[in-house]
Amino acid sequence: MSEATAPRRGAKYPTTWRRPPFIENPLFRYGSVVLALAYLVWSLGFSIEVDMARVIQGLDRAGNMFARMVPPDFSRWELLYRGITESVLIAFAASFVGMIVAVPLGLAAARNLAPLPVYLVARFIIVLSRTFHEIVWAIFFVKVVGFGPLAGVLTLIVASASFISKMLAEDVENMQPGQAEAIRATGASFPKLLIYGITPQVLPRYLGVSIYRLDANLRHSTVVGIVGAGGIGQVLAASFSRYDYDFSLAILLVIISLVFLGEIFSNVIRSRLR
Amino acid sequence: MLEISDLVKTYPNGLKALHGISLAVDRPMVVAIIGSSGAGKSTLIRCVNRLVEPTSGRVVLNGTEITALGRHGLRKARRRIGMIFQEYNLVERLTVMENVLSGRLGYVGFWRAYRRNYPPDDVAAAFEILDRVGLEGRENARADALSGGQRQRVGIARALMQRPELLLVDEPTASLDPKTSRQIMRLIVELAHERGTPVLINIHDVALAQTFADHIVGLRDGRIVFEDGSDRLTPAVLTEIYGEEDWSTTIRKVEEDDEAEGAEAAKGRDDTESGVAAG
Ligand SMILES: Nc1ncnc2c1ncn2[C@@H]1O[C@H](COP(=O)(O)OP(=O)(O)OP(=O)(O)O)[C@@H](O)[C@H]1O
Ligand SMILES: [Mg+2]
Repeated sequence: MSEATAPRRGAKYPTTWRRPPFIENPLFRYGSVVLALAYLVWSLGFSIEVDMARVIQGLDRAGNMFARMVPPDFSRWELLYRGITESVLIAFAASFVGMIVAVPLGLAAARNLAPLPVYLVARFIIVLSRTFHEIVWAIFFVKVVGFGPLAGVLTLIVASASFISKMLAEDVENMQPGQAEAIRATGASFPKLLIYGITPQVLPRYLGVSIYRLDANLRHSTVVGIVGAGGIGQVLAASFSRYDYDFSLAILLVIISLVFLGEIFSNVIRSRLR
Repeated sequence: MLEISDLVKTYPNGLKALHGISLAVDRPMVVAIIGSSGAGKSTLIRCVNRLVEPTSGRVVLNGTEITALGRHGLRKARRRIGMIFQEYNLVERLTVMENVLSGRLGYVGFWRAYRRNYPPDDVAAAFEILDRVGLEGRENARADALSGGQRQRVGIARALMQRPELLLVDEPTASLDPKTSRQIMRLIVELAHERGTPVLINIHDVALAQTFADHIVGLRDGRIVFEDGSDRLTPAVLTEIYGEEDWSTTIRKVEEDDEAEGAEAAKGRDDTESGVAAG
């Protein structure tokens, strides 16, 4: 067997082979490595002036802050509790609305379903809302509707809808065209094509992505509060500015457990889907 | 029944797949379309229900000029044309029953379809067809849990649920083993004869075409080069359709082989045959 499949060495054919290099010209290949190293040395050594004195001072201050953090102070648990429930509510409300808004937006952004103008508009909306970080949206909504959870909900709706719809559009574009084609061939109208030919193909992942987004929203809802968009983040920001570091630590511990729970919840649900 | 005249299809990339095809099916019979890969068989079949939009020419089915219909009219016409695919094209995450009932989608309202609440007659017909194609008791299985042959049976059931006036079949057996291929072909042909439905069917396997079709159309580079009864297929004709090759072993009717005994021999022969035909 082995004689038949593996030809003897040294005969007519070469016995070594190497993958062609990524950059063909050796001058460019090694030149670019040298240039990259030179840039690294230059930027570390000259352009960013690392002021050792400030680093040491900072370490000192951080140590001081950590010292004042322990033990965590849970005495104002009512404030904490209200902040946390607000964050959770923000996350759930935003995820739910985002999920619903994402369906028409995602379908409109799928090139194999939507006519070109609709597709372009939908893609533009998605790209625009993803261009700005959530914090930027949060600042914007705080300016528009004022401090508080509404701004947080609106921020996370924008973020969730654009995220889920982008995923949905991608899934619809990657679906097996044959399944949809067979449904079209029965004379089904577009809405029926949607529920028979397309939904079954994309539903499990849509739900999975939505649950993932809910988990992400739990995390983000604590952050957007820092710029005043409600929730536990707002409480945290206030505690820092009042130097209540022991209360800050209590808040941080609660946030960590919340995010942890969210992660577990999301994993359990997603492993059940399919 | 079906009349195709001067059908031309030029794809957007400029490739001319059909050069004026004219073909009439005037009684309920099984017409096999053979020809090498790229000859335009799928294009021709898809132009009939306009899954591929013809560039010019006419398709008339029982008095309806399909090529002249608008979107709404086309949907109505598609309800009357069943289609069976090489890759089965079942909705994989749906149950067998949902797939079969989807043949009625053109007739039921949106909410009925959404709630899977089909009229009792449709449900009864679905159970009957499932029984007929040999899948009784499998209605709750998910389509992706079936074997290839079983999936194609569901595909056949879905097409028949439409109570079609015409069946379009695009290489129904190309992904199946020789024995299953023959069973599937026999099923399609039997059902078509029972119901008096004309069938347009693409197949690669010349022996299968000869065995099961009443009529054979040979396609080469988008043109019809042969059209006659399936017993008129000769080596000269095959050369005309496919090009030069030794055809002496290809032209032989596959004898009916319901018994396992003949199946082995037939299997061996079939493999060589399809090897030649695909060349
Ligand atoms: N969507 C398309 N765009 C451009 N050209 C296409 C398209 N579909 C098919 N063609 C071309 O049209 C010609 C006919 O294709 P068709 O699929 O009808 O052949 P076929 O006879 O069904 O082949 P096979 O036996 O391999 O299925 C081929 O040359 C093919 O490359
Ligand atoms: Mg084809």
